[in-house]
Amino acid sequence: MATQQTRSLARFMMAPSVVLLFVWMIVPLIFTIWFSFLQYNPLNPVHDGFVWFSNYKLFYSNPAFLQSILNTLTLVISVLLITVIGGILLALLIDQPMWGQGIVRILVISPFFVMPPVAALVWKNMIMHPQYGVFADIARFFGAQPIDWFGQHPMTAIIIIVAWQWLPFATLILLTALQSLDGEQKEAAEMDGAGFISRFIYLTLPHMSRAITVVILIQTIFLLSVYAEILVTTNGGPGYASTNLPFLVYQKALLEFKIGQASAGGVIAVILANIVAFFAMRAVGKNLDK
Amino acid sequence: MARAVTTRHKTIATAAAWIVALLIFFPILYTIITSFKSEQEAIQGFNLIPSGTFESYSEVQAQSGYFKFFLNSVLLSVGSTILALLVAIPAAWSMAFSPTKRTKDILMWMLSTKMMPAVAVLFPIYLIFRDTGLLDSRIGLMVMLMLINLPIVVWMLYTYFREIPGEILEAARMDGASLWNEIIYVLTPMAVPGIASTMLLNIILAWNEAFWTIRLTTTDAAPLTAFISSFSSPQGLFWAKLSAASTLAIAPILIMGWFSQKQLVRGLTFGAVK
Repeated sequence: MATQQTRSLARFMMAPSVVLLFVWMIVPLIFTIWFSFLQYNPLNPVHDGFVWFSNYKLFYSNPAFLQSILNTLTLVISVLLITVIGGILLALLIDQPMWGQGIVRILVISPFFVMPPVAALVWKNMIMHPQYGVFADIARFFGAQPIDWFGQHPMTAIIIIVAWQWLPFATLILLTALQSLDGEQKEAAEMDGAGFISRFIYLTLPHMSRAITVVILIQTIFLLSVYAEILVTTNGGPGYASTNLPFLVYQKALLEFKIGQASAGGVIAVILANIVAFFAMRAVGKNLDK
Repeated sequence: MARAVTTRHKTIATAAAWIVALLIFFPILYTIITSFKSEQEAIQGFNLIPSGTFESYSEVQAQSGYFKFFLNSVLLSVGSTILALLVAIPAAWSMAFSPTKRTKDILMWMLSTKMMPAVAVLFPIYLIFRDTGLLDSRIGLMVMLMLINLPIVVWMLYTYFREIPGEILEAARMDGASLWNEIIYVLTPMAVPGIASTMLLNIILAWNEAFWTIRLTTTDAAPLTAFISSFSSPQGLFWAKLSAASTLAIAPILIMGWFSQKQLVRGLTFGAVK
């Protein structure tokens, strides 16, 4: 029953958000696409000019490129596996009747509120440091040689740190979904003699499926652009061993000032994110209809 | 709960959950403990009982002017949140109360802007900031953080506002309330909890944002994320001081976070999980 007046009022109220987001999305993106076709070096502008697709070719032929894509995917997939499986197990555990459930929840969710540079520094120095870290203390206690995490297993170390940050998020959301499961249904299944495993597979898991989808999609968005954790711990090294796509783009743009190549990398990152976004939008959109 | 829970079952569940929870919390706990050690103690191997000195805290402040970064963090997170609310409340309001065919598309599109990797637009943004003199300015970063979180803010507010029953509005209108009275006396009281939750979550997100805050600042506008990142350089490695700085950086938001668990689920899943 909206009148013409309220409709135009609604449009007027929406305008600032829409215009701001539109400008924020479109202007820098156009710049990036334009730059990706240029040779553009602010420090050495002699050869600057339009070069068509050679930036993409250069970026593509750079061995670091393939490595960075591979690292990006390794990071996303490993962290997703750890957090989703770990999150389901943890949610099931915390959902049990126990003493001090509120405090357990608070302890488990805490890492999510730690800013990425702090998380990375704490793990780098307090936990994984080959000399003074807790892991080294434990290794020495058992008479083993402490592991140089960031020198020898940089990707594993970063995966552990990022998984630690996101496990709480997965747990909290899956726990919320779990707690909305109808108690009567559970009881009915129990009375029918369904064991824990079959109850989990036929009742709990289907009930949690939407929450699991949401966890995967949202985490993927954030995991595709992990940055501070790498900057603070390995700085992408040794070599390119722990460089992901965002970090490579950052290096090209702000350290080497190869803006054209960095922009080509940026455009590739946008394409990668859009593939993910396509699926994410459909899942969230479906939910909105409900 | 209808079914009987054996004490044994409960004891085992309690023990297991507490062990796992403490393991997950351990890095934070150990950082807090280490912050109360002297530098000597901090590198003498595993030790859970600090001597309880506040030395590192005063040194962090004296050496690096910690308070300035803290103040920037507060200004940026609160400022960007208020800006985002100012822009988002009218939008979410109109989408929730007078939806059109395109409302859903607009919401989806807003969310999609969130999916653009920040790094892809790093250089253009850097150029724009440099050429407009916004680099290392609080205002510039505030606007930046506002734009980053605006989709989430609109979405969260939208899901809250949608739950306010429209009949109440109609009833108020029938009673002859003007639009202004309607907003002040009917809607605002019902909308305040949702707005507060949105604000809380958004402050947390802005506080922890660690890409633009690091890249677009040097000294003047640098918040705690940038301050902490500077500790990764080799000469900055003093375990107790590092721990004190880390503790100070996460404590306020950790406490806020504990109070906003439920809103977090709702906000970060765009209302898909409540």
